[in-house]
Amino acid sequence: MTREIKTASNLEKVLASGNFAVTGELGPPRSADGHEVAEKAKHLVGNVDSVNITDNQTAVVRMSSMAAGLLVQREGLQCNMQMVTRDRNRIAIQSDIMGAYALGIHNLLCLTGDHQKFGDHPQAKNVFDMDAIGLIQTVKSMRDDGRLLSGQELPPEGRPKIFIGSAYNPFADPEKYRIHRTAKKVEAGVDFLQSQCIYDMPRFRAFMKEAVDMGLTEKAYFMAGITPFKNLGMARYMQKNVPGILVPDEFINRLKGVPKEKQAEEGMKIAAEQIEEFKTTPSLGIKGVHLMLIEWEHMVPEFVKLCKLTPRPKL
Amino acid sequence: MIICERKPIDELKSFIAGKKKVLLVGCRGCVTVCNAGGTKEVEILAALLRLDAQKDGNELTIDEFTLERQCDPEYVDELADLVAKQYDAILSMACSVGPQFLSRRYPKEKVYPSLNTCFIGGALAHGVWAEHCQACGNCIIHNFGGMCPVSRCSKSIMNGPCGGSSNGVCEISKEVECIWHLIASKYMDEGRLAEFAPLQPIKDWSKSRDGGPRKIVREELVK
Amino acid sequence: MSEFEPKIIAFCCQYCAYNAADTAGSMRLQYTPNVEIVLIPCSGRFDVILALKAFQSGADGVYVAGCLEGGCHFLDGNIRAKKRVVYLQNELKKIGLEPERLAMVNVSASQGPQFAAYIDEFAGVVKGLGPSPIKKQLAA
Repeated sequence: MTREIKTASNLEKVLASGNFAVTGELGPPRSADGHEVAEKAKHLVGNVDSVNITDNQTAVVRMSSMAAGLLVQREGLQCNMQMVTRDRNRIAIQSDIMGAYALGIHNLLCLTGDHQKFGDHPQAKNVFDMDAIGLIQTVKSMRDDGRLLSGQELPPEGRPKIFIGSAYNPFADPEKYRIHRTAKKVEAGVDFLQSQCIYDMPRFRAFMKEAVDMGLTEKAYFMAGITPFKNLGMARYMQKNVPGILVPDEFINRLKGVPKEKQAEEGMKIAAEQIEEFKTTPSLGIKGVHLMLIEWEHMVPEFVKLCKLTPRPKL
Repeated sequence: MIICERKPIDELKSFIAGKKKVLLVGCRGCVTVCNAGGTKEVEILAALLRLDAQKDGNELTIDEFTLERQCDPEYVDELADLVAKQYDAILSMACSVGPQFLSRRYPKEKVYPSLNTCFIGGALAHGVWAEHCQACGNCIIHNFGGMCPVSRCSKSIMNGPCGGSSNGVCEISKEVECIWHLIASKYMDEGRLAEFAPLQPIKDWSKSRDGGPRKIVREELVK
Repeated sequence: MSEFEPKIIAFCCQYCAYNAADTAGSMRLQYTPNVEIVLIPCSGRFDVILALKAFQSGADGVYVAGCLEGGCHFLDGNIRAKKRVVYLQNELKKIGLEPERLAMVNVSASQGPQFAAYIDEFAGVVKGLGPSPIKKQLAA
């Protein structure tokens, strides 16, 4: 399967060439120390096609995703700069898009962002000038129509050739509406979509069937979000406390069934089986995986090897 | 209506500390309906402040008066004779429009707000109020099943619900209903999904507060 | 100076506490003196302003007596009264007046002896707190 290439994004090349793509995730530090970013990036270089750089995730102040993304790119790995609309109005959004592209960023993940209520600055004034779908429309307009939201034209060489990403969550509510929200993102012009952590495979399969039936997987690349369990405690915590994440008892029992020091290994095995299903079941419509090994970046090399995701194609 | 809440007694005490003659002014508008600053609340606050002063042996006279509305000059004028009695402080128990109108009409007076102005909303039950409007200046609720995502979605999103919607409640609190859950469910239940599906345009906020302080002039009404 | 006898204002519902007080009287039960019983049509008629005015006039304690929970003649007047009492207790605390000077009790019309015992108990609490600071200032 090949599609028209719109950008210089490595991720786009991998996806368009029909390879099963792999993206990672890296959270910038809560400091101005750039070395930490470079250190984390070293575990990812060569193991993923591009890496998401989170934008003040959970509304906790961290190094900017654009700056951390550039530090990662210096290590030889393209970034998927995340951008939330919580902290920027349309003036800052468009300005940052121009700046990011000028500095060599090729992928942008458009998100609304977590509310600041539970972040480290709940006193902040939020912006939410637009939502994630509005952000997708904004990037698309700048890239394809060469226009700012004001209607102002961008010269042909001044259009940001950005590969547009966003997130989809099949596990939030109302269940039956989730696919329609995702369809809106596709309609808005998103190129690739990464899901939340998937554990509930039956619900995910049902969701993807709808996506395929609606033709969405022909218009955008759907990637599946994977976070291996580090241990039984984490699995139980996610089952009980994280809204919108459904952890089946089957996985809990598998982790219970092995000694504590083997739980991480078992968690990775479970994740590897999920990935194997995505890889070998084209009818699911999944074109790659998004690995979220947050604060566990050093395990990425071992994990991708276990899942037979390396070597990554050089295109 | 505008929903207000009385300020904590300590803050109000700090406003009148050392003062001997205080005028407490209520309002018969919104704040009467939301039980924050009508005649009755004026009476209760005056009684509390008097008790506090009496207890400490402080000399304090509090006069009470409730205006029809504090957001209308013709009613604010009615206070002129009373203000002439020279108070050390005037505490307004209206929304923040009240103390601003009192300050403007009686510029020499020290006017303090006794209420916190919280939001535009309605009563869900006696004693329970919820925000329903953010005065964005361009109502679009007809596009959302008669519900307002600007004021009732924590992120004011136009194409919800976001991934934080779970069991009908918002990610920020179990006390906050996900308005997008209600909107989407309504359209699905009524089989009107196609009508609901179109992408909402990025909202124009120029008619909201973001466009600067607003003013309406109706020439046919202006004398 | 003679021993301090607290001045108590008791707002009593006509369907229960007022009758209980009556019963206590006709049974010639001794209870604390200086209790002024104020008849109200239901404890739901109790309003914070009534208590505030009583304190302002020098009462050492204010008591609200309503029907047993579930037994209100007007369904939930006593429940509402209880909420107001709790609200006002908090406000009193904030202005530095002991919240224990205000209390509520639920009795039935036949509970004369209990009513007398409750009043005595409350009077004991108020006695322990001493004269209300407002009364002290009024006297000064």
